[in-house]
Amino acid sequence: MTRSVLAFALALLLSGSVSAIDPMPFRDGGEERRFNALLAELRCMVCQNQSLADSDAGLARDLRNEVFELMRDGKSDTEIREFLVTRYGDFVLYRPPVKGATLALWFGPILVLGGGSLLLLTTLRRRARALRSLKAANTHAADDKGEIA
Amino acid sequence: MKALRFAVPLAVFAGLAVLLYSGLGKDPSIVPSPLIGKPVPDFDLPELRDPNARVRASALRGQPYLVNVWGSWCVTCRVEHPLLMRFAAERKLPIVGLNWKDEPEEARRWLKQYGDPYAHIPQDLDGRTAIDFGVYKAPESFLVGADGIILFKQVGPLTDEILARDVLPLLAKGAAR
Repeated sequence: MTRSVLAFALALLLSGSVSAIDPMPFRDGGEERRFNALLAELRCMVCQNQSLADSDAGLARDLRNEVFELMRDGKSDTEIREFLVTRYGDFVLYRPPVKGATLALWFGPILVLGGGSLLLLTTLRRRARALRSLKAANTHAADDKGEIA
Repeated sequence: MKALRFAVPLAVFAGLAVLLYSGLGKDPSIVPSPLIGKPVPDFDLPELRDPNARVRASALRGQPYLVNVWGSWCVTCRVEHPLLMRFAAERKLPIVGLNWKDEPEEARRWLKQYGDPYAHIPQDLDGRTAIDFGVYKAPESFLVGADGIILFKQVGPLTDEILARDVLPLLAKGAAR
């Protein structure tokens, strides 16, 4: 019983992931791989945290067709990305270009990591120094009384 | 050194607070359009109300107009619609209603039922023109100057406030130019 329920659940799961994208009439595996790689890096504007490859929104379907046709027209990946950027902006790219407006996006994390590391390092050093001077003071005190700490 | 121990975390906190607070009121689904300042995309589409007529971007040049992207399937367009009716009645600006991926029959029924504010209705059956306009969330509106340059874009329904704050001042500036 449990097994058949599980099998049914698995079947449902698989059917969902298959129907999200309608199949394209690819000529060969290479074309299909190129198409999928391109789509995975493009954002669906309707459901923003999904790529064009994952989304079953109507607009995503139209844009997939558009990308496919541009590929068939012999456009390069860069030209296809450019086509979408001129219409929807850099936001369609999951990997936005490095430029003035995106500097903080690209280098902010490195800056935060560097600042944090610096802070951690100086704090640890200070503590180690404080501990050493405390130990030194203790041994001095012990020596003065003629005892061993 | 002592002062720094307070000042640095305080400055970091203040910076973060400002950054996060400024993001609070924003709708993350509204993305700035790269089309502002660019020429309106060229289109040549059938007119919804007259099967023999065409609406061409080139023929619209010479006067400013508002492009409103709508569909009978679009719930928010229904919310925006009374405002468009009022705005059309003021006759400040012709409204071009780009009918986005709609059933022509449904679209015509919708207009009959609620009223028709549009000067022209290009029918974008396959959604190609909408893609050229960078449309992703109907309703969307574009203010186009007499020279065919896009001056302003609104994603989501227009409001009286947006008309008064953004559209009309730009229109006045365009007319003076």
